[in-house]
Amino acid sequence: MLRDTWVLFRHGVGVTLRQKVGIIFGAIQPLLFLVLFGPIFTTFGTWETLVPGLIIQLGLMSMGLAGFGIVFEKRSGVLERMRVTPASRLALLLGRVLNNAVTLILQTLLLLAVAFAFGLRAPALGLATGFVLVVVLGLSLAALSYAVALTMNEQLFAPVMSTAVIPLILLSGSFLPMSMAPGWLDALSHLSPFRYVVEALRDLFHGHYLTGTVGAGVAVTVVLAVVSLIIGTRVFNRENA
Amino acid sequence: MIKTSGLSKTFDGGVEAVRDLGISVEPGEIVGFLGPNGAGKTTTMRMLTTLLRPTSGTATVAGHDLSADAKEVRRRIGYVSQGGGILPTVPLKGELELQGMLYGLSRRESAARAGEVLAGLDLSGLENSLGGTLSGGRRRRFDIAFALLHDPALLFLDEPTTGLDPQSRANLWDHIRALRQEKGTTVFLTTHYLDEADALCDRLLIIDHGRIVAEGAPAELKTGGRTLDDVFLDITGRSLREESALTGKGA
Repeated sequence: MLRDTWVLFRHGVGVTLRQKVGIIFGAIQPLLFLVLFGPIFTTFGTWETLVPGLIIQLGLMSMGLAGFGIVFEKRSGVLERMRVTPASRLALLLGRVLNNAVTLILQTLLLLAVAFAFGLRAPALGLATGFVLVVVLGLSLAALSYAVALTMNEQLFAPVMSTAVIPLILLSGSFLPMSMAPGWLDALSHLSPFRYVVEALRDLFHGHYLTGTVGAGVAVTVVLAVVSLIIGTRVFNRENA
Repeated sequence: MIKTSGLSKTFDGGVEAVRDLGISVEPGEIVGFLGPNGAGKTTTMRMLTTLLRPTSGTATVAGHDLSADAKEVRRRIGYVSQGGGILPTVPLKGELELQGMLYGLSRRESAARAGEVLAGLDLSGLENSLGGTLSGGRRRRFDIAFALLHDPALLFLDEPTTGLDPQSRANLWDHIRALRQEKGTTVFLTTHYLDEADALCDRLLIIDHGRIVAEGAPAELKTGGRTLDDVFLDITGRSLREESALTGKGA
């Protein structure tokens, strides 16, 4: 299983790295927010508050649409060609998901570098911990995205997912903290797992490590990862996926 | 090489695609699975290649039980689906190597094996092309190359020559025959084409409405100077040619 995962991962990373424009394009929306909205936000807020939100926006947009690749693989018969090999089904999922994580890592580094140029100053430990949290969250999102892509109508996947991530991003309080929202919206946003991760990242970027908010963010991320991988593997195991 | 008993598949919604199928294929045979669209050919094929779980019944494929030992079955079979499995924009070499590695070969073994298989299929020198740039016949041979990397004892081909020009079809038949002759590979293929069934197969299984309705060597089925087309019309009440014309698959 580990070997098959590694084989698929290496192959996938090779393909991904050849598409440099694709990696940058996947990060273009958060970068635009950083450059064209950040300067307004920082008249009353801080970069350390905004950038965590933009990282979650990046994760949702980039990993949420990861399943788009599998739609092509399914349609072209490549997925089925791999499903008749003895490779473990979990490896077929993990090899791809880990490759998506590499994309997310590169995109997050790009976003952080530009943010640094604009004035983000976060402690190294906070950045590193936040980074790990984002990568685990990204793995979950990619796995879920594959599950959705293999379950729903292929034509609908791209429009539905690119629309679905918008409320998820807004409800996470990515652009403006939910503490500014009216009560009902604030309550609603507590249903979004991403809110907890954004708030944990904000604490981490401000150098507050052992807070309840960080604990909640870590817990939500771990639970989401376990649930997503279970769902993803079940879908990959299913006969007609 | 293949033995099924009571193999059935009922899809959600109650469609009985395959009913109580009992077939047997001996090592080294080239067996044609013939039938109109929707007869259950592809469903049977997908069950025998571990892609679809049977609703009931049992099958032994390449010496292993289909449901209990799917992984061992996968090690020993090659499968080429109707649409093939080639990405139009990716160089084939890397894809072939990956496929071989998923069959357990090392990168080096996989590359060497890909070279051999491509040479056997007259595809040497094309491994750096993109899938989308190949002609139909070459593309189909690449599909087959992907299925031969692990030297399977049993090869499943779903409509291998559909959409190919007559020359490419004849060429592909030669390759399939050579495979059996040189490696003793057992081949189980579905086809719409009666001439293909006649020219290539040792034995035919005719399926209609999910059941086997006739079985035998092409010569046995064509007794009394009838063509396979006549035989098919007699058995199913439909002409395979009309069927093909209706679905645009050619005959």
